[in-house]
Amino acid sequence: MTQREKILNAVRQNQPEMVPAPARPALRASTSTDMDLFKKTLAGIGGQTIDVQNVREVQRSIEENFKGRALSYLPASDLSLRDPDPRQYADLEVAVVPAVFGVAENGAVWITEKNLVHRAIPFICEHLAVVLRASDVLPTMHEAYERIGSDDYGFGVFIAGPSKTADIEQSLVLGAHGAKSFTLFILHESNQ
Amino acid sequence: MENQPTHAALAEKFNKDKARVDWHDQTLWLIRQKRDKAAAQIPEWEALRETASQIKRHALSQLSEYLVQFEEKATANGIIVHWVSDAESHNGIVLRLLKERDMDQLVKSKSMLTEECGLNHFLEKNGIGVVDSDLGERIVQLAGEPPSHIVLPCIHWKKEEIGALFHQYLGTPEGLADPQALTAAARKHLREKFLTRKAAMTGVNFAVAETGEFVVCTNEGNADMGAHLADLHIASMGIEKIIPRRADLGVFLRLLARSATGQPVTTYCSHFARPREGAEIHVIIVDNGRTVQLGRPDFRESLKCIRCGACFNTCPVYRRSGGHSYHTAIAGPIGSILAPNLDMKKYADLPFASTLCGSCSAVCPVKIDIHTQLYKWRQELTKEPDADKVKKAGVQAMASVLSHPAVYRITGKMGRNTLRFAPFMLKNKMNPWYKQREMPDPPKASFRDWYLKNRLPK
Repeated sequence: MTQREKILNAVRQNQPEMVPAPARPALRASTSTDMDLFKKTLAGIGGQTIDVQNVREVQRSIEENFKGRALSYLPASDLSLRDPDPRQYADLEVAVVPAVFGVAENGAVWITEKNLVHRAIPFICEHLAVVLRASDVLPTMHEAYERIGSDDYGFGVFIAGPSKTADIEQSLVLGAHGAKSFTLFILHESNQ
Repeated sequence: MENQPTHAALAEKFNKDKARVDWHDQTLWLIRQKRDKAAAQIPEWEALRETASQIKRHALSQLSEYLVQFEEKATANGIIVHWVSDAESHNGIVLRLLKERDMDQLVKSKSMLTEECGLNHFLEKNGIGVVDSDLGERIVQLAGEPPSHIVLPCIHWKKEEIGALFHQYLGTPEGLADPQALTAAARKHLREKFLTRKAAMTGVNFAVAETGEFVVCTNEGNADMGAHLADLHIASMGIEKIIPRRADLGVFLRLLARSATGQPVTTYCSHFARPREGAEIHVIIVDNGRTVQLGRPDFRESLKCIRCGACFNTCPVYRRSGGHSYHTAIAGPIGSILAPNLDMKKYADLPFASTLCGSCSAVCPVKIDIHTQLYKWRQELTKEPDADKVKKAGVQAMASVLSHPAVYRITGKMGRNTLRFAPFMLKNKMNPWYKQREMPDPPKASFRDWYLKNRLPK
């Protein structure tokens, strides 16, 4: 008998009688207060938000604030220049990536690899900038998974603020292994 | 293990440094308060806990079906699934996967399961270099210690001690104890590992049967730095990590970080569904005693645990005895009900390392009745022929006294008189009750005497 069969047999023998699954938590409609909560929550976990009217403002802000190597999906990055080895992005100063949506209750944004040159990009860069449309803020994680639905991604991630640790005497330090800062550009342009 | 010191003995050692115990106690209590604050901001918090509990209970009742479904979906997504019955087989598979690819260096993010399996020690013995990449875990690894807390591995270390450790191993300036500077040094040290290691290992917080994906939560980003840069990603999970649907993640991710540290969510919640181009993902599904626990109705619910550590932070015994006094990978209240399942003799002391105050059950995000299970383990363990003899003799003597009213009255009087006229008989090191406690002032008479005199109907 393989270990697989052995384990499954033991589980079958020992699992209790069928207990029904609970009802799924009710979903909430987005409200105008969600954006305020989202910004407040993100600020509380070390992220900063910048309101912009169009992507040119994002581009300008990045050029003004970061002098090193930048990787931006704006304008649509030329993937033919992509280095196949993600380790080659170790000196990346800033990465600009689009978020699918944000979550008001915890300040997280949902990013999938469809919009990434490499999965490692939002982690390996020194500073992370994320662009989110103002209309894409959801109240809680329940609405977030409703929105994700059965989307077929290879890799997806909620990112909430910069990388952090408090392992040394509970002192909060930003920039453990991932990005040291997290800037969220909220795009208010309606025809984007 | 022969002569394993008990929790009480190890706690006594930890308690020698009173200032340190107070500091440890207060640091953890602060985290408990952060958890309370975070929970209070969610009006539906209690309903959320109940839902999480029911999802886990449902998942355990259909576990074999969900495990098979997870395997099917994950396999269809290009993930290779392995099944192992025990720690030895688990470690063997990891070693084989590395050897087959000529890899002798591994970077690891936090996985309490690999601690449970003693993986690091095994790999090192077999010539594999292992680097723990979570900052707290790296600190205890450099110090040659196991983690003392599942979420905060070096909660028992002071920054000056970490500074000295980093001075020795990472070459930081002598006397440097600033957390910011020490973290920067660790970032530099570990980044080199992330960029050069071809194999990465992570734990699994949740595995979704519906989709075959698994989710790993970190604040530091170390799991992602390891997994996305390595050619081989091995993820180990206990069978109980299965949840039925992707949407269930909404419930658990709302609870996990708030319960653990009071954060609204961990910085990264990474969903691995398929390996990236040119890389491999292997998932190892581990039993190691879990199916036995599943078959014990009294203790089955301990398998609902999502490893947030809230029960540690709130526990008056954990806070004042430290994680290492539990002498098991998962310490604290939840560890004290999981460990006896693995080895009833070795961990017979742990269910007694509790005041049964119930605070653990009150904060548990999946509503495990932890203190009730601790109580039930005590009953199971005292049935064992070689239960703690002193404890057993004491309880038997007590039972005898309580069932003979005349003896009860005499011994009560003796006790009161001893405390009044010869307190040194009880206030000494021989009396374990006197440790860290004052003895009460003895009443002049027993309740019975008082009642006979004042209240008995004439």
